[in-house]
Amino acid sequence: MTTAYTPELTEIKDAIHPALGKVEIPDFVSESELPSRDGDRVIQYREALREAMTEEMRRDERVFLIGEEVAEYNGAYKVSQGMLDEFGPKRIIDSPISENGFAGMCIGAAMMGLRPIVEFMSWSFSLVAADQILNNAPKMLYMSGGQWGCPIVFRGNDGAGGQLGSTHSWCVEGMFANVPGLKMVIPSNPYDAKGLLKTAIRDPDPVFFLESERMLGDKAHVPEEEYFIPFGRARVCREGDDITLISWGRPVHFCMEAAEKLAGDGIECDVLDMRSVRPLDIDSVIESVKKTNRIVVVDQSWPFGSVASEAIAQICERCFDWLDHEPVRVNTIDVPTPYAKNLEAAYLPNAERILEAVRAVVSE
Amino acid sequence: MPRETVYNAKIERIQILDEDGNFDAKLGKGLLTNEQVVNAYEQMTICRHLDEIAFKLQRSGRMGTYPQNKGQEANPMGSAMAMVKGKDWVIPCYRENIAMHLHGLPYHYILLHWMGDERGNQIPKGVNMAPLSVPIGTHMLHATGIAWSMKLRKEKDRAVITYFGDGATSEGDFHGAMNFASTLQVPVIFFCQNNQWAISVPREEQMNSPTVAQKALAYEMPTVQVDGNDLFAVYKATKEARERAIKGGGPSFIEGVTYRLGDHTTADDARRYRDQAELDAWLAKDPLIRTRKYLEKQGAWDDKKQAKLDERAQKIVTEIVRAAEGIEAPKTNDFFDHMFAELPEALRRQRDTMRTSSLGQDPSQIGLQGRSAPETVEAGR
Repeated sequence: MTTAYTPELTEIKDAIHPALGKVEIPDFVSESELPSRDGDRVIQYREALREAMTEEMRRDERVFLIGEEVAEYNGAYKVSQGMLDEFGPKRIIDSPISENGFAGMCIGAAMMGLRPIVEFMSWSFSLVAADQILNNAPKMLYMSGGQWGCPIVFRGNDGAGGQLGSTHSWCVEGMFANVPGLKMVIPSNPYDAKGLLKTAIRDPDPVFFLESERMLGDKAHVPEEEYFIPFGRARVCREGDDITLISWGRPVHFCMEAAEKLAGDGIECDVLDMRSVRPLDIDSVIESVKKTNRIVVVDQSWPFGSVASEAIAQICERCFDWLDHEPVRVNTIDVPTPYAKNLEAAYLPNAERILEAVRAVVSE
Repeated sequence: MPRETVYNAKIERIQILDEDGNFDAKLGKGLLTNEQVVNAYEQMTICRHLDEIAFKLQRSGRMGTYPQNKGQEANPMGSAMAMVKGKDWVIPCYRENIAMHLHGLPYHYILLHWMGDERGNQIPKGVNMAPLSVPIGTHMLHATGIAWSMKLRKEKDRAVITYFGDGATSEGDFHGAMNFASTLQVPVIFFCQNNQWAISVPREEQMNSPTVAQKALAYEMPTVQVDGNDLFAVYKATKEARERAIKGGGPSFIEGVTYRLGDHTTADDARRYRDQAELDAWLAKDPLIRTRKYLEKQGAWDDKKQAKLDERAQKIVTEIVRAAEGIEAPKTNDFFDHMFAELPEALRRQRDTMRTSSLGQDPSQIGLQGRSAPETVEAGR
């Protein structure tokens, strides 16, 4: 070196998100323009997930699936059944039991422009990968000054899976949704699961995709044609003027069950399936509350600092004067998930507990 | 046979240039030209000057916490020389200033980072490097993933080098990265800067194994210990590892034995837990002194040249500091820029109002109509 220091860049220029140039962000259509939800192409939730991954892997060779038991065994919950046969071991990859390992390695692969789908057999097991998925993936773009994004999907079962005991029944949304830089999607049905997972795979940012073991066998019509559901758009599952009921993931079904019973008593619920909690479509909730003036939020994670708490805080901030009754949360009980069948059912925000909450709110 | 040995292993150590400047002509034959060694010595000297200035900047409140590289320069220098700029990838920890600079990151970016500005991590286009990593060990998995993507894409003639300290080898990330790299046989070089101390915990309390290099045996990975203050040994080991990697030979491990002559960071005071005698012994093994002795024996260096170099290094460092301090401080608006590919609505509202509450964000709120958002706050450095 013979010259003095001659910095090429004395000014920092705007960085370009490296993943953006190569991403085909779908053109989203309105809810009414999406293919019909009615039809006879009835498949399971797990098949809807498989279709989403398969379609995207056929389209884009940068996409691959890695996780424990995803290849030879066809997935611990058979979500990836047959995918090894179609795509081979280089794209459907059985990983050593090392969640932190494969999560971190896939962040490296995503930084280089590949588009990994990381399957956690259960989100409970993602806790050992917390540093990678919370402290690295959602901050990569920020901490690299906009240089490296992290187009990655982390997906797996979330919530009580049916007598799996407290260590295997984590509902991570309450804890993880607190972290800026990630997107979090929690579909409640096969139709949404497919449309949202396709969007997640195309998304240039890290997406936490929370499924439920208890819903993998749920069946519904899923259109054959390609469709994408945007994040941050709630779906009105049922219309009513008396009270707003919002939820996401599995408890949406408990809400619908409760709403059905309440209709028999002449109480009509506006039921919103939020579909994603990061971003959260609070505008749609506000709109509904301004119509019904009452709200119950149902959330299958613990109450303290939960997504339900956040939703209610925002409702109070934005439409306090429209409320005729204080907002009410229905969460899981604030104890570890019980092992016993009866206790687990009682612990969850079941239809009974929702009914009780709604009746209290509308009676005053 | 009821009992038999099913695995035999040994760890080799390489030293070519000892602390007195004695050179092993057989091992070091044809390794580096005098011109290359002079260049390396100059680079290490400039880095040392920068290190001293960075320390002073922190003490005078012009920079945040800074980890000095002092005493460890030969590790990143020798290894970075063996890697190919613009082709290979460098995934650093935080004591590899030279390696980052040699592979294309302007020095003032590194200072900018430690001054507390993420834009210092905005790696320029064409520079194959990840931002420096401070959480200990997490980046080793990223390095493995990057090497893996090279393999998946059949990109020949490229490899990745990642750096970490002796303490990081206690982390799960280290073992995850080593296991994946080994099972997938990807072109990555794990370079451990064994500087004997993880903040205040000495290596022998960090691990019971006498070498760090032997940890790679469990992953069936070629592994070697080198004198990390010996430029030649570091270069040789890295060159061999890179050749192996690009020929499809998979990952390698190098333990570069060195010593942290400074504190862990400027927030630390090593005098409270470290013997002066130990420090003195290592001061004598300083890679700069040793390289200079070698060059003097070769007739390629003298006091006059040294004086000129020190003068030039001072000038360069002054300009580096000026370049870093000359960059306009970020504005509060800026921290919304790199959160997502597209700014979500909820964050846009926060950006426009600098409030996390909804005050002023929803025009329909009673009593808030017409209230304007506060001015964006300018941040000072």
